[in-house]
Order: sequence, then C-alpha cells, then structure tokens
Amino acid sequence: MSLALLHWSFAIPEIWILAMACVLLLVDVFWGKHHPDLSFALALFSVAGAMLLTWGEMGRTGTTFFGQLQMDPFTNVAGLFVELLTFLTLLYSRRYLQRRGLYRGEVFVLLLFALLGALILISGANVLVLYLGLELLALSQYALIAFQRQNLRATEAALKYFILGALASALLLYGISLLYGLTGSLDLARVAEGLINSGQANYLLMLAVVFLVAGIAFKLGAAPFHMWLPDTYQGAPTVVTIFLSSVPKIAVFGLFLRILVEGGYGSLEIWRQIFVALVVVSLLIGNVVAIAQSNLKRMLAYSTVGNMGFLALGIVAGGQNGLASAFFYAVVYALMATAAFGLILYLSREGFEAEEIADLRGLVRTRPWSAFLLLLIMFSLAGVPPTIGFYAKLVVFQALIEAHFLWLAVFGVLMAVVSAFYYLRVLKVALFDPPAEDLRYGADDPLAASTLSVNSLALLLLGIFPGPMMAICFHALQGVL
Amino acid sequence: MDLHMGLLSAAIWLPIVGGFVVLAVGDRAGSRPARWLALVFSLLTLLVTIPLFTGFDTHTAAMQFVERVPWIPSLHIQYYLGIDGISLWFILLTSFLTLLVVISSWRNVQLRQAQYLAAFLVMDGLMIGVFCALDAILFYVFWEAMLIPMFLIIGVWGGPRRVYATIKFFLYTFLGSVLMLVAFLYLYFHSGDSFDLLTFMKTPLSAAAQIWIFLAFLIAFAVKIPMWPVHTWLPDAHVEAPTGGSVILAAVMLKMGAYGFLRLSLPITPDASHQLAWLMIALSLVAIVYIALIAIVQQDMKKLIAYSSIAHMGFVTLGFFVFTQTAIEGAIMQMLSHGFVSAAMFFCVGVLYDRMHTRDIHAYGGVANVMPIFASLMMLFAMGNVGLPGTSGFVGEFMVVLGTYGPHPWAAIIAATGLITGAAYTLWLFKRVIFGGVTRAEVAALSDLDGREVLVLGSLGVLVLLMGLWPAPFLEVVHSSVQHLLSQVSVSKIPS
Repeated sequence: MSLALLHWSFAIPEIWILAMACVLLLVDVFWGKHHPDLSFALALFSVAGAMLLTWGEMGRTGTTFFGQLQMDPFTNVAGLFVELLTFLTLLYSRRYLQRRGLYRGEVFVLLLFALLGALILISGANVLVLYLGLELLALSQYALIAFQRQNLRATEAALKYFILGALASALLLYGISLLYGLTGSLDLARVAEGLINSGQANYLLMLAVVFLVAGIAFKLGAAPFHMWLPDTYQGAPTVVTIFLSSVPKIAVFGLFLRILVEGGYGSLEIWRQIFVALVVVSLLIGNVVAIAQSNLKRMLAYSTVGNMGFLALGIVAGGQNGLASAFFYAVVYALMATAAFGLILYLSREGFEAEEIADLRGLVRTRPWSAFLLLLIMFSLAGVPPTIGFYAKLVVFQALIEAHFLWLAVFGVLMAVVSAFYYLRVLKVALFDPPAEDLRYGADDPLAASTLSVNSLALLLLGIFPGPMMAICFHALQGVL
Repeated sequence: MDLHMGLLSAAIWLPIVGGFVVLAVGDRAGSRPARWLALVFSLLTLLVTIPLFTGFDTHTAAMQFVERVPWIPSLHIQYYLGIDGISLWFILLTSFLTLLVVISSWRNVQLRQAQYLAAFLVMDGLMIGVFCALDAILFYVFWEAMLIPMFLIIGVWGGPRRVYATIKFFLYTFLGSVLMLVAFLYLYFHSGDSFDLLTFMKTPLSAAAQIWIFLAFLIAFAVKIPMWPVHTWLPDAHVEAPTGGSVILAAVMLKMGAYGFLRLSLPITPDASHQLAWLMIALSLVAIVYIALIAIVQQDMKKLIAYSSIAHMGFVTLGFFVFTQTAIEGAIMQMLSHGFVSAAMFFCVGVLYDRMHTRDIHAYGGVANVMPIFASLMMLFAMGNVGLPGTSGFVGEFMVVLGTYGPHPWAAIIAATGLITGAAYTLWLFKRVIFGGVTRAEVAALSDLDGREVLVLGSLGVLVLLMGLWPAPFLEVVHSSVQHLLSQVSVSKIPS
C-alpha cells in the first residue's frame, strides 16, 4: 500500500489543479463578487504552481492509480506546454473579460477544469480514463464558449460545437468499445498486446481504427471533420478562441498518441492510410477556403484546418521522427495561434471585436508595434524563415521525406505557398493600406500587451535559436514507440 | 588567420543589428539620427568586407574565412560560413551598393525614412548571408528571409500598383524556393544525414534523382534570375519598387539565382546539368533575343531596364551551361558588371524621377541641355549596358560569346545578336531622353546633379571603367574557383 501511495506523486500536477479548482470555487462563493481579482490571481497561481510541479517531475517514469495514469517524458513535456498555454490565455484574458462583464471566478474555474482534462488526455493509460479526460475538456469548453449568455453568436457557436462534439465523442466511444471487444481490456498496454495477437487483416480492428481516427480528427479539426470549427472560432469570445486553438491541439495529439500509437500498435498501416486522406483534404480545404474569408477569426479558423493538415503530415510519416515532428508542429502552432488571436483580443474593445481583416487597415500608422508583431505572426504562420513556423514545417517535411512520401511533401510545400497568400493579404491590409479614420482600437491593457509582445517575439527568437525547443520535443517522444 | 575569424559573421550581423538599431531610433526626432546611423552601419559593413578581399588567397579553390559551429544539433544543421572566388565579389558588391542606396535616399525618401533604411540594412546582412552560407538550411533561411524586407520595401514605398507587384514578387519567389527545400531534404538523406553543401557536392546520385533535383533547383533559381518564361514578376516589381529597391533587386538579388546555379546546381547535379544543358542554352537564347526585342518597345524607363536585365542575365546562364572556363568566368564578370551597370541605370532613372515624377520616356527629351553632368555619366552607363569595349559590360559578354563559340557556334552567333539589340534599345532610350531639343517646360527647369548624386553615380562610373579597362584583378580572384568547379562538373556522380 505504501508503494501505491508513493506512486500518487506521479499525478501531483493533476491533483493540484483539481484541488485548486475546488478552492477557487469556494473562494469565489465567498469573495468573488467584490474581489474578482482574487480569483484571477488564484488561477494564475494554480497554473504557475502546476508548471513548477510538472517541472519537478521531469525525468521520472512510471504508472499510478493501478495503471490508470502514466508518466513518461511526453507527459511531462506536453503537460508543461499545455500549462504554459493556459497561463498565456489567463494573462491575455483579464481586460477582455472585465470589459464584457465576464470577469468572474467561474470562467477561471472552467479554464482550470479544461486544463485538467487536457492533462488527463496527455497522461492517461486507460482508454476510459482518456475518454473522461476528453469529455472534461470538451464540457468545460462548451460552457466557456456560451458563457456570454446574451451573445447570440456565441450561443450558436457553443451549440454547434456541442452537437458535433457529442457526435465525435460517440464515434470515439464506439471505436473504444470495439477495441475492448477485440482485446477484452481497456488498459492500453493490454490492448496493444491483444492487437498484435489479433493480426493485421482484421476487419473489426479496421472498423475500430476508422472510428477512432474520425473522433480524433473531429477534435483536432482536420477536414472533412472541420464543420464546427469556423463558426465556433468566430463566435466564441476571443479569449476562449485562444484557448480552443492552442491547448486542445496538444492534448488531442496526446490522445492520438496514447490510443493509436501505444494502444493500437499493430494498426499503423490502417491509420496511416486514413491520415493520408485527411492530410490531402485538410490542406486543400483549409488553405483554399481561407483565401475567401473576410473575417480574420474565420480565416484563422480555416488556417487551423490547413495547419492540422501539416501536423497530420508528420503523423503520416510515422516513426520516431515523424511523430516527434508532429508534436513539435502542434506546440509551435499553438504558440502561433495564441499570438494571432491574442493580437485580435488586444486590439478589441467594448462593441468592437477587431475581427474583420479590414479592421486592421493601416495598423502600422496607428499602432506600429502591433503591426510589427502582426508581421512576425503572419510570416511565422506562413512558414517563412527566420521564424519558428518555418522549422515546424521543416521537421515535418524532413520526416516525410525520410519515410519516402516524396509526393506528399511536394504537395505540402505547394499548399504552404497557397497559404502564404492569405497571410500576406492580412499584412497588405495592415501595412500597405491607408489607415481608417473611424477605427479606434482598445489596445490599452499593459498585461495583454506585454504577453503579446513576449509571445510574438518568441516566434522570432525561437526561430533564430530553434535547437533547444526542438530537442525537448524530440526528447518527449523518445521511447514512445 | 586568427585576425580573420568572424569576419563573415560580422559582415552578416553588423547590418542586421544596425537595421534594428535604426528601427528603434525611428523618425520621432526627425530622420537625421536614423540616416547617420544607417550610413555608419553600412560604411562599417563595407569596411568589414574589405579585409575579405585583401586577405583572400587567389591560389586555392578551398573555402576561406570558414566559420563552423553546430546550430540545430538534433537535425545536424550547422552555422557554416565560408567564401571562395565565386562568392567574394558579390559580398563586396552587396555591401557597396547598400552604402550607395543609403546615400542616395538621404533626402529623396520622405515617408518613414528610418524604416526604409532599416529594411535595406537588414537585407544587406541577409544577402551577404546567402553568398557565404555553406549549410543548405542556413542558405535557405537567408534566401527566404530576404523576401521579407523586399516585400516591405516594394509594398510600403512603391508606386501605385505596389501591392499587386509585391505580392506577385513574394509568391513567385516563395513558390520557387519551397521546391528547393524539398530537394535539400532529399539530399540530406542521401548524403548521410548532413546539410553540408560541400558534402552534397560529393554525394553520388542516380541519373533520375539528379534530374529531379536539378529541376527543383531550376525552378527556384530561374524565378530569381529571372529566366524566360518565369520572368513576369520582374518588370512589375521593378516598376513599382522605389529606386533603392530596384537597385538592390537588379544588382544583387538577380545574381543570387545565378549564384545558386554555380554553388548548387552545377556541382551537386553535374550529370543532369550536362543532360539538360540544351534546355538551359535554349532558355538563355530566348531571353537574349526575345526579351531584348520586348525591351525595345517599352515606354517606361524602368520597365525597359528591367527587360534589359533579363536579357543580360541570359548571357550569364548561357555562359554557365557551355562548361568552358572562359564562358563561366565571363558569366561571372557579366554578373558583376551588370551589378554595377544596372544599379547605375536605376539610380539614373531615380534621379530623373525625383525631379519629374514620371518614368515615361516621352516626357523627357533634351535633358543633356540642362543636366550635362548627368548626361555624360548616363552615357557611360549606357555604353556599359551596350557592352562597348572599355566598359565593364564588354568583358563579360565578349568572354561568354567567345567561350560559347567553341562547343556551340550557332548559340554563340545567336547570342551575339543580343549585343546588337542591346545597343538598339539602350541607345534609343538614351537618344529620346537625353538628346534633342528641349520641348517641355518641366525639362527646361531641371537642375543638374547635386554632390550626393555625383558621388553615387561617379563611384559606379569609376568601377565600370576600371573593370572595363583592367579586368585582370577581377578575373584573378575567380580563376581557381572556376577551375575547381569545372573539374567537379566534368566528373560523373552516377554510382556505377
């Protein structure tokens, strides 16, 4: 029994977040009305604490709670990144929430629960636990999106996301039940063993994998399962969009890694073929439809679809390097997306969301520093060196060519050129067009301003010195296969 | 040698840091501090590059001033710099022309001058980086990063159709280069996990692989040079770009495509180069003949010079793909000479445009009567553009035609007609703008060059004459490297 107690320490960050979420609820009940800053500070403290605790666990491996959760390098590294991204979301959020009357403890509690869900997705070692993590993340997100009750678009976004998300969960659950039927176990290690024995040409296994991939693609937002994504991104309050576009991407990559790579060890060839189709469709739909958008949030949503295509290229490449490159891509994309939506959030004010591309007209005259950051963000998204976005694409293509998918790589780089067009169009509006007289930006929140600056400059600095971050991400995937 | 360590890094990073300093100083306190800072940084960069020339050993083809440190160890990417005789002149050319651009935009740029100068300084460093990178990814990073400042220069400070021109420029070149990246990645796995360009040159490759890699490189470089039929971005970009942008674009950026052929295509895929030489020669001849005819009928001075640039670069690519020492050396001389002459021609157009705000040839006439100094300098550059003996333009074109005559006499004869059409469009332009009576009041009111403009155009004039009258020192530097290159190209890399 003492041994089992000792192993609880592997789940300390999760336990900490859960406990702090409960504390935050209590604090909010007593003091939340008059001291909303207290809840905000407490939320920051919780996430920062979780980062420290995760840092402290670096290098340890093992399982806990009788094999329900596991700890390996991936758990630590991915956990650290999702905590960092939640922390960034919080830093961005304060003024935005205040202005819209949303600066309340519940928002932070929901964010913490969403983070907890993401952490469980990353560390789960049992399919049912993974499913619970996914639902925890998703339910918190539905509530976050609809938090602004009187906002019709937000409500619509939440409803769409909820219905399609529930469908995706059902697909995933069906896949899980088939896996259970095939192997008689929910434990990932046993599932893997069972699958190896069941052999390759197993139609039930194929069916299970198809359902699992469909569910995962839904949650990632890869085409053709992306229908919810543009409406949700556009309708959700921008601060929630920041969260939606960053944390779940890494967490769902964790889900993929646990279920299909560790659990479905024998099914590599099956899911690889499905992912090839996903890649082609995502790259085409995401990048081509993004060109036609006039709303910046919606354009970035379609660009997410395209980016998930690039991420899935790494998955297709498979192997140690392919998966590591996909993980690196997920992290880099999350950083870029936070910066991009962070910029929109920073410029917005009451009654003006700064979400149309035309709202950025002549930004360089009125807000030169923001325009410079926008330049970094857009070139990074387009994958132009010396920004980190380039290295994300580089490692993915490198893995792809290593795995002899030369034509897919050529297709990918051509789509990268297509994507450059709509990113450049944003820059054209912001840098070359004359400024609009009637636009008045919010842009008065020093906290969001400094967060945005650090976040965007990081895209450049990490691009000049990409070595360490790349090494960390590659280290995280060591021993997964 | 220790004295020379870090010279290349200094030449790259000094202007980039300088650019950010200028950007930070900004225009708030007037543009004076930014201008002086930009001048100091560009002058320092030129001074840093001069020891590269004085300390250069012309007897070896090996890389010199080498710097090599791991950059991204997990992907075996290195920060690997070095120069040989082929790259040396272009580094000097780049830093020299950036200095001239800074001087020439002293008063002519009113809008956000600090940012304008900063963009040129940053681009200076990146362009030097392209010419000395010996690691494929490092090369690619500099090559692509360069697009960002140029995108801004054309887009912010350009003419009426600048947005169209700059997006076209960016997408064209971006499309060209991404395929080069795929080729690099392919080579990485075939050279034993290395991005070292010198290793690429020794990697055996099958005939089919060489063809594909050659084509991937070709798209990247053909767009950059530009070669017919992917040249259509250049006239747009030139016409819309501000004077400094046109100068750097024509004088340095076009050379990068040609440099890419020498540094990558020829040594990495020698068999494919031989096999596809017919294609390259044909495309070059089309550029020399057809593009020159197009140049004749242009009404816009900048457009005319832009088309003439394409035609001149045709001689360069022709020279590369006949594989003789004379032709390749001639092509390099042509690149260098075109760097001086086209820069000078664009500066000349800039001088006129600053005064009259039009580039339409018909708006001028009789400029010689009111601007005698300008007229005589422009005549020198026009002669350089024609390729008159005694100017730098002659050396390159003559050597290319001479070197081509041996292996491909017909190609040489067709190329030689380019000298005639070149004379036709240049002299006709010169006649219509400079000679004749003054018929328009605006022209009569023109003032001659001021001291700054004399300095810029005069220094280029000296170089054009120097290179034309005494080309030996210029040739001496490239000799061993070209010899080495030819020996690489003559050996098949197909594994037996």
